[in-house]
Amino acid sequence: MSTNTNNAARRRFLVDMARTAGGVALFGLGLGLYARQSAALPATALRPPGALAETDFLGACIRCGLCVRDCPYNTLKLAELGESVATGTPYFIARAIPCEMCEDIPCVVACPTGALDKNLQDIDDARMGLAVLADQETCLNFLGLRCDVCYRVCPSIDKAITLDVQHNPRSGHHSRFIPVVHSEHCTGCGKCEQACVLPVAAIKVLPMHLAKGAAAEHYRLGWEEKQKAGGSLVTPDKERQFNLPEGVRYDYQGEGVIIDERVAPVPGPVPFEDDPLKTLNRGLENN
Amino acid sequence: MTRAHAIGAEALALKGRWGARRWLLLRRASQLSILALFLLGPLAGVWWVKGNLNSSLTLDVLPLTDPYVLLQGLAAGHVPESAALIGALIVAAFYFLVGGRAYCAWVCPVNIVTDAAYWLRERLGISTATRLSNKSRVWILAMTLVLAAVTGSIAWELINPVSMLHRGLIFGFGFAWAVVLGVFLLDLLVSKRAWCGHLCPVGAFYGLLGHYSPLRISAARRENCNDCMDCYAVCPEPQVIRPALKGADKGVGPVILDAQCTNCGRCIDVCSKDVFRFGMRFNQSTHSHSSESLSSKTEVWS
Repeated sequence: MSTNTNNAARRRFLVDMARTAGGVALFGLGLGLYARQSAALPATALRPPGALAETDFLGACIRCGLCVRDCPYNTLKLAELGESVATGTPYFIARAIPCEMCEDIPCVVACPTGALDKNLQDIDDARMGLAVLADQETCLNFLGLRCDVCYRVCPSIDKAITLDVQHNPRSGHHSRFIPVVHSEHCTGCGKCEQACVLPVAAIKVLPMHLAKGAAAEHYRLGWEEKQKAGGSLVTPDKERQFNLPEGVRYDYQGEGVIIDERVAPVPGPVPFEDDPLKTLNRGLENN
Repeated sequence: MTRAHAIGAEALALKGRWGARRWLLLRRASQLSILALFLLGPLAGVWWVKGNLNSSLTLDVLPLTDPYVLLQGLAAGHVPESAALIGALIVAAFYFLVGGRAYCAWVCPVNIVTDAAYWLRERLGISTATRLSNKSRVWILAMTLVLAAVTGSIAWELINPVSMLHRGLIFGFGFAWAVVLGVFLLDLLVSKRAWCGHLCPVGAFYGLLGHYSPLRISAARRENCNDCMDCYAVCPEPQVIRPALKGADKGVGPVILDAQCTNCGRCIDVCSKDVFRFGMRFNQSTHSHSSESLSSKTEVWS
């Protein structure tokens, strides 16, 4: 009789335990899948400076908000439930409030766990993302205007963003000043995206993994190798020869024909024909 | 189990309004003032305390970190910096001394929610009883740590109602109110004291932390017990009382040693016979000097 009740009690104990374990395991599975989903940070949400790589960050950040409190510009925000950023973790939206790149990096100092890495000593070394001139069709500089706002507001002006002067093929006699971002210097602070004058920014800060390509490891840049070796590695260099009139030079770096104005104009026939090829080939017609 | 009298009516009559609610009111004061300290910054710009219950910095010197969330971080593979480690050690040492689950009774903001649900449940006479093991919380605790290790992220923090309510009040809710409402409805409609008493892994963690804590409630004058059952009725973990209160015949001491006791002190309030008092776990005698001094106080109250 007592063995029967013992058996029944043991059975109930086992069933109860299995029930609890099963329920908890199911709950854990759901939570685990949700955690995987939450690990996908939306492209517009940027982590504070010094943040570990996203997968490490989610294991290191304890969602305390001390970085948010010590940000003097209210840039940082803790994600609330329902947002697509993992609940309780800090982020900022460049278009709303960008990072002002404080020299003392108070958010990193405040972090108690090292989710924001204290090895980041110089804010210029921060890589919160990378600015990308995403839309060349609406960017005013691409259209030939001198907007330049993204370039002007860049805290690393002339390093992170430079203006690349190009020929404007539409008008034929203007230049375009193309903003070019250099990943070597861009911290991803987002000042450019915030300042873009368009209703929807043409330049956007994207997470590094979306913004940056990677060259194959075996690729070598010929001109760099040449400089390292002190000469051409493949075929010997040949100097190009043009028969130019006196006071006229040709710049191989993109400037093209340069007329030295100090030289008095050659009397006689017009120094330059309408067709520049004729000028370049003058004197070589019989060869 | 039907009662012929309202819970605590006798204590109220004997000890007066303050005497019969002393620990409850002190507890509410503790919960609300801790919350107020955190809210002083965002609401009034007085930044004595920054952060939230997961980790905070008080007066720019004292770091306090929840050891449970830090443990999940460790399980996820991140070794934290010293600030968080020191903060967690301070918190762990504190709760080791005063009883781990004192966190639940005296600090946790969810306690106010679940106490409200319990009050309303009693008021409305809801007696649904979905069977939940009170060991579930230990399973869930283990699950959160395994999940942290497997996902490499502190996954539990995505839905933890405790930090969600606290962080929500200080930093903004989003939809976190729905989680808090869920806990309220769970306790109201599904099962009595379902969240804090059965499921919450935070409480389970602090329970383990305070397993050997010296500060305990003792049924020091258990011989006076008149079996009114009021202490069982108000206790959030009623299973902890019996061994201490009724263990005299079996040679069990009067101190409540079960780590799930939250040191809330409601049993002290509600007992008209002043059976219970705060004491030390080592002090197993039923006739201590302090119990006598307490009885002399009781006469002042009555």
